[in-house]
Amino acid sequence: MKQLEYVVLARRVSQIKEELRQGVRKPYKEVIDVSWGDPHRAGLKPLTFVRQVLSTCLYPELMNSNRLPADVRQRAQRLLGGCAGGSVGSYTATEGIPEIVHSVSEFITRRDGGVPSDPENIYISPGSQWALTNILNVLVNREASTRTGVLTPMPCHSATTLGIMGLGGVVVPYYLSEEQGWELQVEDLHQALESAKGVCNPVALYVINPGNPSGQVQSRKSMQEVIRFVSERRLFLLADEVYQDCIYGENSEFVSYKKVLTEMGPPLSDTVELASFHSASKGFMGECGLRGGYVELVNLDPAVLKYIKTLFSTDSCAPVLGQLALDLMMNPPQPGDPSYPLYDMETQHIRTTLVHNAKRAVSVLNSLQGFCCQPVEGGAFAFPRVYLPPKAIQKAKEVGMQPDTFYCIRLLEEAGLLFSAGCEYGQKEGTHHIRFCIMAPEDVMEELLKRLTSFHTQFMKEFS
Amino acid sequence: FLQHVKASFGTLKPEAKNMSQQAVNGVSHRGKVLTLDSMNPNVKRVEYAVRGPIVQRAVQIEKELKEGVKKPFTEVIKANIGDAHAMGQKPITFLRQVLALCSYPELLEDNMFPEDAKKRARRILESCGGHSIGAYSASQGIECIRQDVARYIERRDGGIPSSPDNIYLSTGASDAIVTMLKLLVCGEGRSRTGVMISIPQYPLYSAALADLGAVQISYYLDEDKCWSLDVAELRRALNAARQHCNPRVLCIINPGNPTGQVQSRQCIEDVIRFAKEEHLFLMADEVYQDNVYAEGCKFHSFKKVLFEMGPEYSSTVEMASFHSTSKCYMGECGFRGGYMEVINMDPEVKAQLTKLVSVRLCPPVPGQALLDLVVNPPQPDEPSYTTFMKERTAVLAALAEKARLTEETFNTVPGITCNPVQGAMYTFPRITLPQKAIDKAKEEGQVPDMYYCMRLLEEEGICLVPGSGFGQREGTFHFRMTILPPTEKLKVVLQKIREFHLRFTQEFS
Repeated sequence: MKQLEYVVLARRVSQIKEELRQGVRKPYKEVIDVSWGDPHRAGLKPLTFVRQVLSTCLYPELMNSNRLPADVRQRAQRLLGGCAGGSVGSYTATEGIPEIVHSVSEFITRRDGGVPSDPENIYISPGSQWALTNILNVLVNREASTRTGVLTPMPCHSATTLGIMGLGGVVVPYYLSEEQGWELQVEDLHQALESAKGVCNPVALYVINPGNPSGQVQSRKSMQEVIRFVSERRLFLLADEVYQDCIYGENSEFVSYKKVLTEMGPPLSDTVELASFHSASKGFMGECGLRGGYVELVNLDPAVLKYIKTLFSTDSCAPVLGQLALDLMMNPPQPGDPSYPLYDMETQHIRTTLVHNAKRAVSVLNSLQGFCCQPVEGGAFAFPRVYLPPKAIQKAKEVGMQPDTFYCIRLLEEAGLLFSAGCEYGQKEGTHHIRFCIMAPEDVMEELLKRLTSFHTQFMKEFS
Repeated sequence: FLQHVKASFGTLKPEAKNMSQQAVNGVSHRGKVLTLDSMNPNVKRVEYAVRGPIVQRAVQIEKELKEGVKKPFTEVIKANIGDAHAMGQKPITFLRQVLALCSYPELLEDNMFPEDAKKRARRILESCGGHSIGAYSASQGIECIRQDVARYIERRDGGIPSSPDNIYLSTGASDAIVTMLKLLVCGEGRSRTGVMISIPQYPLYSAALADLGAVQISYYLDEDKCWSLDVAELRRALNAARQHCNPRVLCIINPGNPTGQVQSRQCIEDVIRFAKEEHLFLMADEVYQDNVYAEGCKFHSFKKVLFEMGPEYSSTVEMASFHSTSKCYMGECGFRGGYMEVINMDPEVKAQLTKLVSVRLCPPVPGQALLDLVVNPPQPDEPSYTTFMKERTAVLAALAEKARLTEETFNTVPGITCNPVQGAMYTFPRITLPQKAIDKAKEEGQVPDMYYCMRLLEEEGICLVPGSGFGQREGTFHFRMTILPPTEKLKVVLQKIREFHLRFTQEFS
């Protein structure tokens, strides 16, 4: 496994923050860190209702007064009722607190317009990546004479690719079509399978919708093609859908893989094996640090499901606060509830901010020479292509860095912006990209774009 | 084939709308991508008794009770898992106050909370991205918390330096243990990594070794000597193992789970010496370090002993020690907080370790915050000190009393022998089973102690874990019970087990 590029940046950012603390003069007062898909880190606030309920669950004495709204207290009471000993410090059932697992399955059914969801096939985990690693662990057969392959998009966030490799699997890249808005084209899936011949035995296809870092929201048609493809080529479908609540494009709509699969009817709907992942880390709540995610398993062999259950049991259970966060995500305040007006205002504000940021970032980037950014239809990031001048590429080589890492280091030093480099995600040879999170307050985004514009213009001039 | 398929299909609820008749008849069962044959064979070898079949039956019984089914008992007592809060132990006030403040910082303006709690909450929030516990932290854990953990270790170990760079916060100690094993296990066939672990052991270890396809090298603790560890036995196990694997790791749980044994200082020294001689990586699972009850017993950290043995050892022996927020006096299992400290690890390996922990992004931040409080508790000059100490002392004193009561009671039952519960949270008594019972178990297709525990569950509603889930000497039988139920309830449980055991012995005499 190659050295993680962001370690270089992370090390430097600690130093810079320390220098700023000591009063060293810089062209900026603080570093804007948009290197993670982390809304809170970027400055967005947690939802009040969520935090009020969690604090009451943590310290139930808060129920004995009117300092918090009635619906907060009621919700906390209900949630604590599902905890052994009435404490969030107890272990829970392996798959999650039963009432919450039911909430998740009801949410899925509502979301998918009535398609039933079996709570027995849902596992709550410490974040979606944890569940994904467990499922990959079952799929990747280290004992087999041929190594197991997993088709993975390029670009793709590094946690998954590292996870596959760490389990002894092979990442089989399929390239998304940048010029078509990072569209997934079936020809590229076929090409990926071709490339795997003689190298490994592909067993699964991993798809991220909405995309990370691509920002693309898949069309129904494309999803149907993917489903047909996995059925024909006998692949297990892993659908990472954690950004399903982050939709910005006017003509974009999220539809789940499970729904599309069901709509396609038998035999596909009965046979395609699917694991879909969601999380409380994204969306309006952005509670990345609580580690609450889940996987829903569809059409799996019941005998295999038994072993999956045992595997999850060795992890004990997901952190209780993360489980509670999932419940709050699935069951927000409703009109008429005391907390509803504030909740509605906060979520509307976040939605407006993100839609605005997505448009604004793309517009600014595309107005600058040397950038080309595909529309950010969904997800958490802008992932523009940077056309680095040959002199800059040369300089990068001299200092022993990937060209886009070099760009990011300079961006950090001179503009106090922490982005991440495209080489971390996989990109076509000879192309360079940068990634930054657009889930930030509007004023932070404006400041970011201002600094980026100024830096970029300067940089391109320097290396012209 | 069709019958088997139909039978297993009975456990699935058909998705009414779109299931074809074909599917209901099981034709769709053919041609699955992920089958018993194609799946990772290692996963099939994974077992975890603490949450295994007996617990599943206990949960089922609880459901039946709720539905009004009549049974000889009105509740199931889950003495299978080391979960203190589930058994009624109260959280420590100070810890929850700070966590509530971190969760909803508006409460910092509220005079319901003491100043020392607010001070800590502010400091923790300051170290979080965007001042929110909802932000990701660095994969290794929040830096200032790792610094606090390092300082705690230094204080605990009489000043021996600890570097925050060697601290890795984790999702419970289990996460760190599995991560460390992942790093250590390699090789093929006869050079496959062998990992030494005690019998009996906490079955996370055997599960992880099965999952990783590592070779488990079992060393027996001496039941007749209060479950003590004998280096001669380590040597025997190691030499035998050298025939078929490459032994590289020695795992030790102190205080012990399930045995409760607290290792003497001499023993720890001997183990360290052995590890150095045999070139083994030491993994010291010390999650029960505050749970020490017996007279004359004391917790000695492996690291402290290592350094006190001088530079010949302290600069060479490679080690990882593990701790957690799930046990001790806090019992906050649901937070999944923990850490490991690595000692003398090759820097290049550390870089790989950092990469490995980045796959799951980061440990839960509330768990990290909780850990910070555990290593940074109220000081004598702070407002919360008195209450904090009172609560902490009460929890540990209650556990000590229950440990004593348990040992005493079990030893009055003919056919049950119980070693002193020196520490941790469990008792692992040996039970004598009549031959007829052993035969009956075989008829039922169960191992004898599972049969025993299942009968106990069905007849008394008490859920224990059979000794076979932890490992035991051939021909011996045990069960593991937690000492966590409140004292009055524990007395009843002990009484019921006593009565059951006598009844059971009588039935199969």
